[in-house]
Amino acid sequence: MGMKLSALLKSPWVFHLSTGSCNNCDIEVLDCLTPRFDIERFGMLLAGSIKHADVLLITGSCNRQSAERLKRLYDSVPKPCLVVAIGECAMSRGMFIDSYNCPLPLDHIIPVDAYIPGCPPKPEAIIAGAVQLIEKVGAAT
Amino acid sequence: MAKTILPIGPYHPLQEEPEFFTLTVEGERITDIDVRVGYNHRGIEKLSESKTFDQSTFVIERICGICSTSHPFAFTRAVEDIFPMEVPERAQYIRTIIAEGERIHSHLLWLGLAGHFLGYNTVFMWAWKLREEILDVMEILSGNRNNYAMFRPGGVRRDIKPEDIPAALRRIDSIVPTLEMLKNAVIDDPVLHARTKGVGVLSKADSIRYSAVGPTARASGVARDLRKNCPYGAYDKVEWNMIVTQNGDVFDKAVVRILETFESIKIIKTCLDHLPEGEIDANITSVPPGEGIGHIEAPRGETFHYVRSDGTNRPVRHKVRAPTFMNLPTFKATIVGETLADATIILAAIDPCYCCTERMAVRDETGRTLLHGPDLVRLSQEKTERIRREMGAEPR
Repeated sequence: MGMKLSALLKSPWVFHLSTGSCNNCDIEVLDCLTPRFDIERFGMLLAGSIKHADVLLITGSCNRQSAERLKRLYDSVPKPCLVVAIGECAMSRGMFIDSYNCPLPLDHIIPVDAYIPGCPPKPEAIIAGAVQLIEKVGAAT
Repeated sequence: MAKTILPIGPYHPLQEEPEFFTLTVEGERITDIDVRVGYNHRGIEKLSESKTFDQSTFVIERICGICSTSHPFAFTRAVEDIFPMEVPERAQYIRTIIAEGERIHSHLLWLGLAGHFLGYNTVFMWAWKLREEILDVMEILSGNRNNYAMFRPGGVRRDIKPEDIPAALRRIDSIVPTLEMLKNAVIDDPVLHARTKGVGVLSKADSIRYSAVGPTARASGVARDLRKNCPYGAYDKVEWNMIVTQNGDVFDKAVVRILETFESIKIIKTCLDHLPEGEIDANITSVPPGEGIGHIEAPRGETFHYVRSDGTNRPVRHKVRAPTFMNLPTFKATIVGETLADATIILAAIDPCYCCTERMAVRDETGRTLLHGPDLVRLSQEKTERIRREMGAEPR
């Protein structure tokens, strides 16, 4: 397992999933791919399919519709895979904590490896979070 | 030919948000479409009713990350309509500046995504690179790239500092030549012509029948823009033109949006140059009982908010109608008869924003409401509790 995980770190492909967010974190994730931030120079590519992904970037407050689907989706990702919660909603549900439609925080539904706070986190913060995660996993394996 | 039903979604790489399209196709031709939304529902109206008028703007801002000015703008106008009251002139100008900045970044964002959907990533990269400059301007003026938190009932929360204005103007001026280049590149590009001209046409009659709003309607020749038709903010004090085109296809929708960014730049520059002195906030302390409506022209079209107050510090009812709610049904007119290859761009052409649209009501075929707000909240809370139990959480 350890060796396989370290093999992901050279060029992690990410899959981005919105579980009921306001779009802002999603756009900041996309922003990381565009010329100013250009996260592709670290080998990170946005994958179109969950089957190609090494890292799941999850945004949003996990509403009822997505809670069940997210669990199914996580089961179908090839393991090992890392999960990053982006934004306040994915961390703790943020200001939607009292909403009738947001039953559980993300880390009660699937295991989460890294949290990037912010509403929305700046692209710099997302890149820093991704780099820290890679370094940490690299050091542990 | 045999019919095939093609499911797209809800989690798919085509659009950022989850939504579910059911396309019925015969060979390559699309014969019918059904859209299911609801994957983004967060109960914003209910949350907003549980907060004070001053706090509500923060929740409302998070209805949608791209329209994070339009919704608070419409909401504050609805609250001010309850009095009714006058907002200080400086606040009106600041509101206009922030709203137009949002329009520029939203239109550039759409242009980039449209290029991406067509497989033309150069447009995507150029448009998003330009968008960063606008986000910098917004950061200078408001302190954040998105979610500006500038609006409050009665005025604005923060002033624009005079020393920040030259830096902002310099940055805005610096993007104009590149934007001009991008405009010419998009409008004259033979590849884009081939992919978008005559594709997904929304005729003027259909546009009126479906009550389309915003650039979707203006591209079909319907000259309707709230900023001109019923001016608010500082829109009647500055010179600008409404952009209307006639063909209603995807190309025209792109042209409307690109040309509108230039008008928005003009508005921002005039407003920054002529920012009046004075108060920025009317400092309202209580809201009288009554009801008010506020509507403004968001980047995607008319955003409508309704607020009812009973004299306490919270709204008793807050209703949101986002522009995508009106534009979504136009898919029936635009996509049927087109080929599957063009579906991606046609579905994106209205600049859909599903998280804005996720309000709910249950009706039967005749339009009678079956479940009202309180029923839905009760059902919803029951289901939420069941899911929490099934997933092993402590009951609340």
